[in-house]
Amino acid sequence: MDLSTDYLGLKLKSPLVPSAGPITQEISSIKQMEDAGAGAVVLYSLFEEQLEHESLELHHHTEVPGESFAEATSYFPEPFEYKMGPEEYLKHIRKAKETVDMPIIASLNGKSLGGWIDYSKQIEQAGADALELNIYFMATDIEQKSEELEKKYAHIVKRVRSEIKIPIAVKMHPFFSSVAHMAKELNKAGADGLVLFNRFYQPDINLETLEVEPNVILSTPFAMRLPLRWIAILYGRTNADLAATTGIYTETDVIKMIMVGAKITQMLSCLLKYGIGHIAEVTSKMKLWMEEKEYESVEQMRGSMSYMNVDDPAKFERANYTKVLHSYK
Amino acid sequence: MNRNKVTIDGNEAAAYTAFHTNEVIAIYPITPSSNMGEHCDAWSAVGKKNIWGLIPTVSELQSEGGASGSVHGALQSGALTTTFTASQGLLLMIPNMFKIAGELTSTVFHVSARSVAAHALSIFGDHSDVMATRQTGFALLASNNPQEVMDFALIAQAATLNSRIPFVHFFDGFRTSHDVMKIEELSTEDMHSMVDDELVIAHRKRALSPDNPVLRGTAQNPDVFFQGRETVNPYYIACPGMVQEQMDKFAKLVGRQYKLFDYIGAKDAEKVIIMMGSGASAAEETVDYLAAKGEKVGLVKVRLYRPFSIDHFLSALPQSVKSISVLDRTKEPGAPGEPLYMDIVNAISEKFVAGELKINYPKIVGGRYGLSSKEFTPAMVKAVFDNLDSEKPKNHFTVGIKEDVTNSSLDFDPAFSVEADETFRGKFYGLGADGTVGANKNSIKIIGEGTDYNAQGYFVYDSKKSGSMTISHLRFGPKTIKSTYLINKANFIACHQQVFLEKLDMLKEAIEGATFLLNTKIPKEEVWDSLPEKVQKDLIEKKLKFYIIDAYKVANETGMGARINTIMQTCFFAISNIFTKDKAIDLIKDSIKKTYGVKGDKIVQMNFDAVDKTLANLFEVEVPGKVTSKIQLQPPVSGNAPDFVKEVTAKIIAGEGDDLPVSKFPVDGTFPLSTTKWEKRNIALEVPVWDPEVCIQCNKCVVVCPHATIRAKVYDEKHLKDMPDTFKHTKFRAKDYGDDMIYSLQVAVEDCTGCELCVDVCPAKNKKETRLKAINMAEQIPLREKERENWDFFLSIPELDRRVINVAKVKDSQFLEPLFEFSGACSGCGETPYVKLVSQLFGDRTIVANATGCSSIYGGNLPTTPWATDKNGRGPSWSNSLFEDNAEFGFGFRLAIDKHNAQAKELLKKYSDDIGTTLVDALLNTPQKDEAEIYEQRENVELLKKKLKDLLKAESNGKTGELNHLLSMADYLVKKSVWIMGGDGWAYDIGYGGLDHVLATGKNVNVLVLDTEVYSNTGGQCSKATPRGAVAKFAAAGKPAAKKDLGLMAMSYGNVYVAKVAMGANDQHTLRAFLEAEAYDGPSLIIAYSHCIAHGINMGKGMKNQKAAVDSGYWQLYRFNPELAEEGKNPFKLDSKGLKMPLKDYAYMETRYKMLTKSHPKIADQLIKEAQIDVTTKWKEYERLASWEPEKSEE
Repeated sequence: MDLSTDYLGLKLKSPLVPSAGPITQEISSIKQMEDAGAGAVVLYSLFEEQLEHESLELHHHTEVPGESFAEATSYFPEPFEYKMGPEEYLKHIRKAKETVDMPIIASLNGKSLGGWIDYSKQIEQAGADALELNIYFMATDIEQKSEELEKKYAHIVKRVRSEIKIPIAVKMHPFFSSVAHMAKELNKAGADGLVLFNRFYQPDINLETLEVEPNVILSTPFAMRLPLRWIAILYGRTNADLAATTGIYTETDVIKMIMVGAKITQMLSCLLKYGIGHIAEVTSKMKLWMEEKEYESVEQMRGSMSYMNVDDPAKFERANYTKVLHSYK
Repeated sequence: MNRNKVTIDGNEAAAYTAFHTNEVIAIYPITPSSNMGEHCDAWSAVGKKNIWGLIPTVSELQSEGGASGSVHGALQSGALTTTFTASQGLLLMIPNMFKIAGELTSTVFHVSARSVAAHALSIFGDHSDVMATRQTGFALLASNNPQEVMDFALIAQAATLNSRIPFVHFFDGFRTSHDVMKIEELSTEDMHSMVDDELVIAHRKRALSPDNPVLRGTAQNPDVFFQGRETVNPYYIACPGMVQEQMDKFAKLVGRQYKLFDYIGAKDAEKVIIMMGSGASAAEETVDYLAAKGEKVGLVKVRLYRPFSIDHFLSALPQSVKSISVLDRTKEPGAPGEPLYMDIVNAISEKFVAGELKINYPKIVGGRYGLSSKEFTPAMVKAVFDNLDSEKPKNHFTVGIKEDVTNSSLDFDPAFSVEADETFRGKFYGLGADGTVGANKNSIKIIGEGTDYNAQGYFVYDSKKSGSMTISHLRFGPKTIKSTYLINKANFIACHQQVFLEKLDMLKEAIEGATFLLNTKIPKEEVWDSLPEKVQKDLIEKKLKFYIIDAYKVANETGMGARINTIMQTCFFAISNIFTKDKAIDLIKDSIKKTYGVKGDKIVQMNFDAVDKTLANLFEVEVPGKVTSKIQLQPPVSGNAPDFVKEVTAKIIAGEGDDLPVSKFPVDGTFPLSTTKWEKRNIALEVPVWDPEVCIQCNKCVVVCPHATIRAKVYDEKHLKDMPDTFKHTKFRAKDYGDDMIYSLQVAVEDCTGCELCVDVCPAKNKKETRLKAINMAEQIPLREKERENWDFFLSIPELDRRVINVAKVKDSQFLEPLFEFSGACSGCGETPYVKLVSQLFGDRTIVANATGCSSIYGGNLPTTPWATDKNGRGPSWSNSLFEDNAEFGFGFRLAIDKHNAQAKELLKKYSDDIGTTLVDALLNTPQKDEAEIYEQRENVELLKKKLKDLLKAESNGKTGELNHLLSMADYLVKKSVWIMGGDGWAYDIGYGGLDHVLATGKNVNVLVLDTEVYSNTGGQCSKATPRGAVAKFAAAGKPAAKKDLGLMAMSYGNVYVAKVAMGANDQHTLRAFLEAEAYDGPSLIIAYSHCIAHGINMGKGMKNQKAAVDSGYWQLYRFNPELAEEGKNPFKLDSKGLKMPLKDYAYMETRYKMLTKSHPKIADQLIKEAQIDVTTKWKEYERLASWEPEKSEE
């Protein structure tokens, strides 16, 4: 039974890959992931904005109260060195590389173009096998044109591509007017892989306090339908490797994603819910299924149910609501 | 040898040498010496080494007494050991100093000399502390400026090893300790050459060791103690010579020659001043000036004051001397003269009597100057010389003040100046929060290190912790700077806040042709019309050059917010032409990189952008030929203020306190209450505005307000007659105080600091726009006039009768009038809401003992006090004794009150028939458990007083004496509430022994610990209340140990009421605890979580941090009430639900924890894990305590 897969030119022993999230912050967890059968791991994201915010916050609280009062010209010791940059993240990459054999994919969310480039280079130097660019711009400005934004995405990928040699994947969100075209453009700009799809935190409002509350909820298995459709549509029509993420819980979810064309399936919510050992459980159930159905490898099933390979590709196309209801009946 | 030139202050200079030449450093914070310990701790934390390649061990103790004990121990164990201190701290070291000297132990204590508290505390400089150590046997060596500080620290270190006499090396607090100057840094080779390794080994060999055991520290009897005491004589005789040898050796090595007594001035001087400390520099500058003009004047600078070498002194005096004026920076009331004067008189007289005086016996007078950093200027030096010209010069004079009670003071001409024209003299007026001082410290470094100029920077702060004004004094130029006084003739004046122009006459100190730089929002074309008349007049008459910048605009555009430091600094360099424009910009940017590089590129870039945008916004304004303004300087207080406030307080507020004569002051340090209300500071840019439609009248805003500037009243509608047209009111929602009552919430906008705590805790939201609450912030200036009127009207509405208020509910308790208002505490202070609550609940019958610290400063620092009186003239009576003795001080209050009460009761019983048994019964038996009963007792006391006065009028027999006594003690029949307040530095550390003892006595005192978990007042040093994992000064790598559980320790006595509270988590719990603690007839301890600026948080959200601390379980809310135990119940109640969130989620809301993740990530990770275990373990321990069920005793 061959579960191995190629992703971004890397050889993975399994398509099961824990995705970027807090669960990858501990080296011991990464080791457990490898032991449970993960093919690679995407580390939590390095956020330039967060680094910047922390730097400004520290500056504000240590600097502003000082020099106001004769007895207390400052309120904190002045360390000779701060690690305000990505040092901790880079150290994490190095440690992960030393600890496990599976590929380590770093993840980056930049703010400035300079930040995207600088941090990408540092991540490459730290030894990451690949880099996932976690690019998103919340298009809240009603004056902002979609075309300008799309160009911005491609420009970042192009500039990072020109600065580093390791493979690049781009984590896409599903809110482009033309997802397929955007996928093409990102691939053209230098993305070796596309991760479908990014999930944003969805704020809630609290009726007691009348405040907006950041609210992280785990993805549900139903959420996988969206990437499933788009991977099916894009498979074979882009040179980029396709990675599925969101709502992947079970072996059948993994198999479905591979059948529509995914090279790997990224998991997070199920690991947070069931623990890292869930990878081993999914792997063994997947093997059982494949044995039962007499599949020899994941390669064999990959794309078999994609848009281009199913008998009725129109079913992947946008269909109206009543038609869906009808078919359900 | 080429040595580094560095621009540093006196404290850093002392710490530099001390760190390099010692192995053990025991420290404790006290202003103005704390920075020496802080430098050493920081250097040790990053592994900086001493001259022997070792990292000195720096250890903080619980007090200066503790520090000196550890110094003594480390010395006896052979380590080169030092400490740093000042003032009361040095006094606490005296017992050990006797021991250390008695045992001939080599050490140097570095002291930034500061006033010892007497009629008042002062953090500023004089020699009263050092003079109090004269009898200890320590050598006393005085340095006068930062260069000498570094040099003398080394000479002292070398001399102490050589002579075996321990040294106090001292320099003037603030004037030298905080004076930033360009100096030559001694190299490690210099230090190694001076400190003889053989002597170090000899010192080590004298150590106590089981391998070579000895006994030291015996007890001796009358037969031998005396002889033993005299054994050290040869060492003291030899010491001065040895110090001179070291000075000579130093001169050969470094090139700067010092003498035990340095003479400056005319060779044929007839008039000589003798003095020591920084004032000698101002005297030297004056002597240089006068001697150059041919005057026969001179100065002897005393370096080694103890052991006093008469021979060295006399050899320094010129043969021509005819009269001597000795200046002492200390006061010894009742002494025949101050110490240095007495020594000089003695030296000359002793030699004269012995027939060895080689000069004609001169006239000798002595005087006092410069107490508590009082200015000492060339004008005063000249007055001292002029005094010697008179036939009968004033002796025991004062100079620098107007002493109009016994007329001891010398007159001086303030216009007399000796400053060199080529020296640049700039004054910069800024706000603490705008970064002015930091920018000027950088400028001095840039000039010091970028040119051959000499440079000096000195910084003056006001005594408020929020909205404080800073004045930076910068001098630089080719000549050596000896001006150890503030600039009073400036050729550059910068006003970084236009609002100051209406409060201060800052251009009066500008010389003709000087430059004036103003930060203003008003455009170039209109700025002239915005200036006060006096400013326009000075600009024209003094032919000043006038520049403006809108620094806040540039700051906003570049992300700098309210920090205009870099922008104003760039303007200064652009105008002053010290460097070419490009070079100046390069140097500023270089300095920005050095200062902020460590904090991240974003900060650096932001500052770079500010520099780049500044010049385009800097304009020169042509000064018109005519004064057009009608704007006058604002009076410091309103005309309605009492006479004392108008004549004394107002002068101090206006910065003219130096001009007040002695006769204006109380003789015993007693001041009136309720004075902050006259000081309308108008520091808030935005203030809260009430929306009665949205308000639910919960009064949560009132209870949290740190400055008592937002208040609520319930009153009858009839009081609305004559209300101003914008006065807001609404129907009171409850019926507790009658039907159809009116409710108003009013803000004192001129006293508000704009912290926003009230808005943050407001639970009511506008139903249409949820971003709006029942109170919302709005710009202050447009509201000022109307709200001033509304505030006055609000105050005129009668307070609710205390007897009808349900004080047990937060909402109702806030209708009690606060008797603690408008303090100088930080904006958003976490301590003052608790202090204010005490004043509301019990203020009219409270006496407060206040430990030194933040609360004593915002409570008792002149010019004004927030402690206030009610309409009956009652209010908290407040005093501060010391830092270490506060519990004992308050305990003394209780003893006296109880004694007066007992005596009054005895006399009542004795004269029951005369007074009337019904009244006496009532006086003896009114329980006074609530406001109504206290009111009743006050009525009874009034009847008693009336009766006693009638009796006294009629009495002519032997009863008069006792009846008079009873009359004087009648008020003690009303229950008094003793509150002992202070911070954690006092309660957990320096005062813990006393606190523990007072709690153990069982006496009825209420202790309020305002727990900020650091020494906040001195700048955030670690205390035993600091939690594990938090960064504090002296714990730069995170506090490695858990916080002390003070509450649990107090509970162990069983009869102490203990509560732990956090107002932001549960205000009702706080209120209940305060009421129970006060009602308990025994000792009570309340530990109150006080968020603090030293936590590195947004102070306007401090109550949220309190809640998070409680939700995480880190801070438990509980009450331990011994009365419950008496009822057979579990006395302990755990009142919060903890462990609702991980500690991390609370801790990383605060910079004190978070910065460790950036400076020491590995340690941070470990400590936060350990701290979580602390929290969980402690929580379980408390749960266990709370779940205990007392065994039912068998009947």
